[in-house]
This record gives sequence, structure tokens and C-alpha cells, in this order.
Amino acid sequence: MSLATKPGARFRSAVDATEIIVVKPAKDPVDLRCGGQPMVALGDDVPGGLALDPAFAGGTQLGKRFADTDTGLELLCTKGGEGSLSIGQTPLPLKDAKPLPSSD
Amino acid sequence: MHLGMLLEMAADGLADRTALGPAADGPSFAELGRRARRLGAALAARPGTRIGLIDLNSPAVPLTLFGSAIAGKPFVPINYRLADPQLRAIVARTAPATIIVGDGVAERVGPVDGIEYLTRAEALMIAADPDGEQGDGWGGDADDIAVLLFTSGTTGEPKAAVLRHSNLTEYIITTVEFGGAAEDEAAIVSVPPYHIAGISAVLSSTYSGRRVVQLEAFDPKEWVELVRAESVTQAMVVPTMLGRILDIVEADGQGLPSLRSLSYGGGPMPLPVIERAVGLLPHVGFVNAYGLTETSSTIAVLGPDDHHAAFASTDPAVRARLASVGRPLPTLEVSIRDAAGELVPTGERGEICVRGGQVSGEYLGRGTTLDADGWFPTRDEGHLDDAGYLFVHGRLDDVIVRGGENLSPGEIEAVLLEHPAVLEAAVVGIPNKEWGEQVAAAVVIVGEVSEDELKAHVRARLRSSRTPDRIQFRADLPFNESGKLLRRVLRTELADAFA
Repeated sequence: MSLATKPGARFRSAVDATEIIVVKPAKDPVDLRCGGQPMVALGDDVPGGLALDPAFAGGTQLGKRFADTDTGLELLCTKGGEGSLSIGQTPLPLKDAKPLPSSD
Repeated sequence: MHLGMLLEMAADGLADRTALGPAADGPSFAELGRRARRLGAALAARPGTRIGLIDLNSPAVPLTLFGSAIAGKPFVPINYRLADPQLRAIVARTAPATIIVGDGVAERVGPVDGIEYLTRAEALMIAADPDGEQGDGWGGDADDIAVLLFTSGTTGEPKAAVLRHSNLTEYIITTVEFGGAAEDEAAIVSVPPYHIAGISAVLSSTYSGRRVVQLEAFDPKEWVELVRAESVTQAMVVPTMLGRILDIVEADGQGLPSLRSLSYGGGPMPLPVIERAVGLLPHVGFVNAYGLTETSSTIAVLGPDDHHAAFASTDPAVRARLASVGRPLPTLEVSIRDAAGELVPTGERGEICVRGGQVSGEYLGRGTTLDADGWFPTRDEGHLDDAGYLFVHGRLDDVIVRGGENLSPGEIEAVLLEHPAVLEAAVVGIPNKEWGEQVAAAVVIVGEVSEDELKAHVRARLRSSRTPDRIQFRADLPFNESGKLLRRVLRTELADAFA
């Protein structure tokens, strides 16, 4: 299943508490998953009977950003959860952010 | 993204941290969220499409900023120091709106069509009412206007800069680590709420989980007392504030032991002041930030490591970076262009242009000033050095054209300030029959120095065409309350004096 991502779109995990917001969209629809299961648009019904895949149970931390160089997709985690993010079977890497000195 | 999302993340994810006020009993981020949602629900139901604020700093500032976002109405903080007629004109331009006001403001401004007033006390009561309805989610989307900020109007009629939710949230999520503040961090906010630094301070602190303590308005003695009493770790000041803070710290010898980071910006900082600050506060990390209202605050920073490297270096090019604003943020692009819009070679001066998601470059009723490729021309003159450090030389509109030669006031001012007797200096062009413009300087001095000595001082360091033709000795220079020199006022005064 593939999702069209647009900036500001919000998705939630079908198997844990994780929620994300799209910062930069992917070029094409992507198979965005959390806990190994397809994510659903926030507000849509969550399909029942799905389970967290232990291979994608590393957790997603609130406030962390993720970026996929292939598709250009960039996400921000707005609610943490036990599942970890992936596109298909490929884990979504954390965007490495060098903290800037506080200027305000 | 929407400001409501930032608030929700902090209220949920940093729930128990103290958000505002005294460490002992200030409201937590969870409570800040509840109060903002109650105020937001009330503001959504109030008349008008905008939410103004004419007040000093108080808890009503962050609550109204977030409350407006929840209500889906732009937040318009207005300069309470404006003279009554100017204030009334800006209030009229804000209509239809509900405006939150401090003591005496409604009486000062009087009735204005399409404006309803709500006092600060009423707003705080609505926010704190445990039975009050809490707004659910937030109004509008990321492309809506979050904040309208009237520029200081030092060069003409004030323009209302448009900052959309997407601009402000891009700045915050790309420069601030969520929850990244240590548990004991606290920032003092003493810049006024109608300044971009007042807005970005609220947003950065909320997203990083840093407690904010507020000073109603800047006063150097109260600032120093509050920093000590509340163990403040972070502060942002404009240049005129820093000198006055240092006077107090130097006089009482008590230092500012809790302070870890001091950022300065909003105008050129005289090198002698920063050298004095480093001497008096050796444990503090200094950050020079450069940004504009139209860019959602900071676009370049000179961090503590840069300051140390510059101070420690014997290489003149590295030492000179103390006078730079550091390197552009990695999340945006900066280029230097000539009058035709072409890139100039490294080291050469031109107009500073910037492009990125935090850049708005848009004014209400005037549309965008971005070019077709998304670049915002800042009207600031600057150059980049070999290592990518950005130097700002002042407003392009302030450049003096003397006999066909373009002169930057900032460069001449910096040299004047190096003279030990010069406390403040400002240079403007005034009309002249022979040269078109001539260079006029206004200086505030301590001790004694003659006009000829100052001219010789500049001539020895810069070309003779850059030596002030005329120098006026004054008791003070005309600054606005954000520390911005009122060049237009000074130009008129000097032109009259030397006519």
C-alpha cells in the first residue's frame, strides 16, 4: 500500500502510539510503515488484527526527524511509540541534526 | 506545520517541565497547553479576524501567541511605545480584531472601528479558569498567517511583515532540538513582544523545553537581579542592552554565575563591548545572531567556538570574524549579489540574499518580495569570506555615495569605535554640492578628543575619502527602543547642523 505524502499531512501507526507529520513530501507515493505495518492518515479508521512486527520494534522518539534520501521524504515524530518507521522493509534513518547554538 | 502542533508536542512530551516563571511554582508545559487552548477557544469566538496585543511582557504573551494559533487567527503584537496617533493608525490597520491590552492602553487609543479590547487580566483569567472550554486542535493550516509584525518604520511608513505557520515552524524544527534543553535551563526574555526575537524566544523555548522568565520591559538593574534570582542560563540582548548590563555587573563585582549562553543581535555590536563582555563573563558562551523579521529570526550565527577561535588567533582573517555574524544556517542559502542581481566573487560586497523555508519576505497588502527563484533580497549590504563567514555592513539604503564612490557607514563607524574615547558613533551621508554627498559623523565620547584627532584616526586606517568631512559631538544618539539607530532622524539633524 502506498501513501501520497504532502507537507503537513499527519499519519499514525496502526499498531502502536506513534504519530508523524510530513515535513517534506516524497516524490512519489511511498509505502510508509510503522512497526512493520502500513501507517494510516490521522483521523482514518485503523484496520484491526494487525500486530507489531518484532523486526520493527526499536521505537520512534517524539521530536526526532527522519529523512529518506531516495524519495526526499522527511518526517517529524509528533507522538512517540514502540514501533519504528520504515519505507517497505527499509528502515527510515534519523536525520542527523547538528544542534545550533541557541540564538533566541 | 502549524504552531498548534509545536504546542501540542511540548504539552504532551515535555508535560511536567516548568514552562513559565519561577522554577518552584510556575505552570508546566502541560498547563501552558491547557491555558492556551482555553484562551484559544475564547479568542475564536471573539469578534474580528485577528488578535492584537498591546502590552508589556507577561504570561499573556505566550498564551496569546499560541491561543491565536488555536483560534486560527493571526497574532499581531503592536509596539506600545508608539505615540498615540501612530498607535491608533496601526490599530486601525489591524481591524477587524480583538486586541489584548495592558493597563491604560484602551483609554489611550480610544474606540476604533472594528476593534474590541480585552484586558490582560481578563485574558489571563479565561486561560486559568479550570472550567473553561479548551479548544480542540487548531484553526487553519500551515499556509495561514501566524504572525503579523509591523516593521519599525525607521525608513518610512511601517509595513506589516507576514510570517506564516510554515515559516516559523520550519525555523524552529530545523534549528532547535525538541526537548533539547537541560532540565535546569531558563531563558530570560526582555525584548518586547512586538519584536521578532520576542516571538522566536517563546517558540524556541517551548520546543526545547526551556523555562522562560520574563521582564516586563528591559531595565539593566532588574535584568541582572532577575538573572541571579531565577538562575537564568540563557539570554538574548540587543547591543544597547549589553553595555548597560555590563556596567552593573562591573560595578557590583557579583558576576552572572548561572548564565551559560548570551546571544546578541539586532544591530552591529561594537567590538569593544564584546571584548569587555568576554572579560567580565569568561564562563559564558557568546552567540552573535543575524536575522530579520522577514526571515523568521536568525539566518546566521557566530557561535561560542567561533568567538574563542577568533579571540585566540593571531591570523588577522580569523580574528576579523569576531566582527562577522558567523555562518549561515545549514538549512538555508545565502548569496551576495550586485545591483543587477548577479553573484559577486567571494570577499566582494553586495546585497545579502537568502532563500529557505523560514524566509517569508512578504508584506501584508504588498505581496511577496521574493524573486522568481525564491530569493529574498534583504537590502542589507554584506560579504562572505573564504570560509563562508558572513559580514554585514549595514542597510544598502544607508550607503553614502561621495563623488561616485560607495561608502559603507558601518565600516567608518567601526573604525571610530576603535578609538578609546568614542563610546557611540554613527555615520550618515548628507547633501553636498561638490560631492553629491559628504560623510558626516555623530559621536558620543568619554574624556577628551578633538575633531582633528578623530579624523586622523580614521584617515590612518581607511582611505581619505572615507574620513568624515564633518563630526558632531553629542550627548547621545537617536535609537529606537530595540536598539536600532534612527538614521533618518540623524541624517536630518546633521544635514541641518552642517548646512
